[in-house]
Amino acid sequence: MTLGEARPGDTVVVRKVQGAGPTMRRIMDMGITKGCQISVRKIAPLGDPLEVTVRGYELSLRKADATMIAVEKL
Amino acid sequence: MAHTIALAGNPNSGKTSLFNELTGSTQYVGNWPGVTVEKKEGYIRSDKRYMVVDLPGIYSLSPYTLEEVVTRDYLIDGKPDLIINVVDATNLERNLYLTTQLIETGIPVLIALNMIDIIHKNGDHIDTKKLSGMLDCPIVETSAVSRAGLKELVKTATHLIEVAEGGGKPAKFSAPVEKPVSSIMHLIEGAVPPETLRWYAIKLYERDEKVMQRLTISAEIRHQIASIVEESETELDDSAESIITNERYEYLTDVTTQCHQRKRKSGTLSTSDRIDRIVTNRFLALPIFFLIMWGVYFVSIQSIGDLFIGWIEWLFTDIIGAGIGSLLAAVGTSEWLMGLVVDGIIAGVGSVLTFVPQMMILFFFLSLMEDVGYMARVAFIMDRIFRKFGLSGKSFIPMLIGTGCSVPAIMASRTIENQRDRRMTVMLTPFIPCGAKLPVFALLVGAFFPNSAWIASSMYLLGILAVIVSGIVLKKTRAFAGEPAPFVMELPAYHMPRLKGVAIHMWERGKQFIKKAGTIIAVASAGIWILQSTSWSLQMVETQESILASLGRLIAPLFAPLGFGSWEVAVATITGLLAKETIVATFGIVLGLGNVAEGDPTLLASIGSYFNSVSAYAFMIFTLFAAPCAAAIGATRREMQSARWTWAAILFQSGVAYIAALAVYQIGSLLFL
Repeated sequence: MTLGEARPGDTVVVRKVQGAGPTMRRIMDMGITKGCQISVRKIAPLGDPLEVTVRGYELSLRKADATMIAVEKL
Repeated sequence: MAHTIALAGNPNSGKTSLFNELTGSTQYVGNWPGVTVEKKEGYIRSDKRYMVVDLPGIYSLSPYTLEEVVTRDYLIDGKPDLIINVVDATNLERNLYLTTQLIETGIPVLIALNMIDIIHKNGDHIDTKKLSGMLDCPIVETSAVSRAGLKELVKTATHLIEVAEGGGKPAKFSAPVEKPVSSIMHLIEGAVPPETLRWYAIKLYERDEKVMQRLTISAEIRHQIASIVEESETELDDSAESIITNERYEYLTDVTTQCHQRKRKSGTLSTSDRIDRIVTNRFLALPIFFLIMWGVYFVSIQSIGDLFIGWIEWLFTDIIGAGIGSLLAAVGTSEWLMGLVVDGIIAGVGSVLTFVPQMMILFFFLSLMEDVGYMARVAFIMDRIFRKFGLSGKSFIPMLIGTGCSVPAIMASRTIENQRDRRMTVMLTPFIPCGAKLPVFALLVGAFFPNSAWIASSMYLLGILAVIVSGIVLKKTRAFAGEPAPFVMELPAYHMPRLKGVAIHMWERGKQFIKKAGTIIAVASAGIWILQSTSWSLQMVETQESILASLGRLIAPLFAPLGFGSWEVAVATITGLLAKETIVATFGIVLGLGNVAEGDPTLLASIGSYFNSVSAYAFMIFTLFAAPCAAAIGATRREMQSARWTWAAILFQSGVAYIAALAVYQIGSLLFL
């Protein structure tokens, strides 16, 4: 599954970050890498973006970008 | 000889506070040449031999954003003597990710482990000595808030520079990655300074565009490097960029598990998380937001701010104006010069400065919200709307500030990372009605639509609509088209506001506003006063016979299709370029009523002969959209860092104003008259 399909409360492990370019680089730079754990905290009031907990801090990213991250539910 | 220390670190790491503490009032704020990225420099207060350059807050040294490129280029080319890397102890892994890259540049690094007090408060523990050993990098624990560790930081920094030492050891990658990186290092040996060898090699492995451009190496070697990278990517089944990022974080996870003990089990909520449960709650977020903004505006614009307006008006007109007036009269100054100084410059500058207290209070609250961490939540909540036209939630904040005044709003766009988005935000923000436009609306509503309260509110709606539609349209033009900038944003933990930082921030914004008022508006006020009281034969006359009036008559026909083709209105529009507040004052003057405000009954009555209800609405629309006041144009120039873009903004805004007013008048006349 992808991070975009995860629901608030889920904890997942990253399998792969697809794609290339500035957005993907930024996502990886912020700590979303193969094998790291992500908890989905919530969805913004208007439906997008997502708020996730990664490496001990809170990060917001858009659903469209989250679908590029292949994950496995824990 | 002055030494240079570069200050680098993540956004929200407390870097700015540290910079303020180190340099105090010696700091100078400018821009990195040719780009819209802010540059701050200053001298260490306690030892002026050391200059500190505050680099933009960055998460990495990738080639993709302006801030990162500006930083990389400065570190590689500018060669500071030392880098003080501000690391947020509460966010160790992600902060150290940048550290590994800074160390690779070959410049000595000193880590300021900041926010150490929060670590202690949470009951966590970081083995600083062990961490320092593993990274081979000196570390000083600091807490910019309590100023702890500051003295030691300066002492350590200056000592390191003197003995030309400093850490650290570059991150070691796993064997399958070390091998190709080492091979590349061999290939480019001699082409780059030895201490930067590893940095360049890693960047080449990542296929970093910018590095590939700037290196002079033979095509043969480039080819060899390319095949090394390709082989590696196939072997590890991943892109080179991804491989390196993974390696760094693997290394760091290893380091931090050995040095950092968390008390709180992951999964339990921190205080910030608990606050966010309410603040970004699906149902409560927007109402809470509107409530907060209503409160902020009520206090700054209405209750407290309002108190000050009368006081400042009194100060300028009755005290300064009258005082200087009698002084000049006493020394027998000519009537013309007296008029220029008192009615022109002092009155002009005064009318704009009356807004300073309101602005300051507004800036205070906005800086407070930013410092506490709430602004990030606002961008998070609003992002969905802005994504539709290629911007992000970060563009909302300038527009929010724009409901008070465009000048600080335009300056606030500095927080938007992407230059293209920043420019678009600067161009569109003035469409939101600012406080100065309200008197114009009040006047016309009072004269033509006394029973329709919704007309005034429609201005806000139209402003928002204009932003949205323009955004969508502009996005399709070549200048703004392209990949949307990534919206991957940290939501920093809430913390108690650092009032000193907030005050500095508020003062900085207010100072800009005052400086602009002082210079541009003083000159423009003088200019307009001269034009409106002098005839072509250079004699003092009534406004009707002045140069300004003839200029007004000249351009009045342009406004005829919009329904307000009289010279009086044309003149008011010209003075509106100076400051929107002066539009009402100008009406008063050209109608021979002297200094009046928008509620004045004679003014309301006389204005009726220059408009009808449709053209009045058209004029309101024109005022809403047209190029903003001189101060805002000045702020635009500063943020755009380009005269060409500033003109583009002015022409775009005026173009929209003209077309919108034209449409309203022509269609409105057919429908309603």
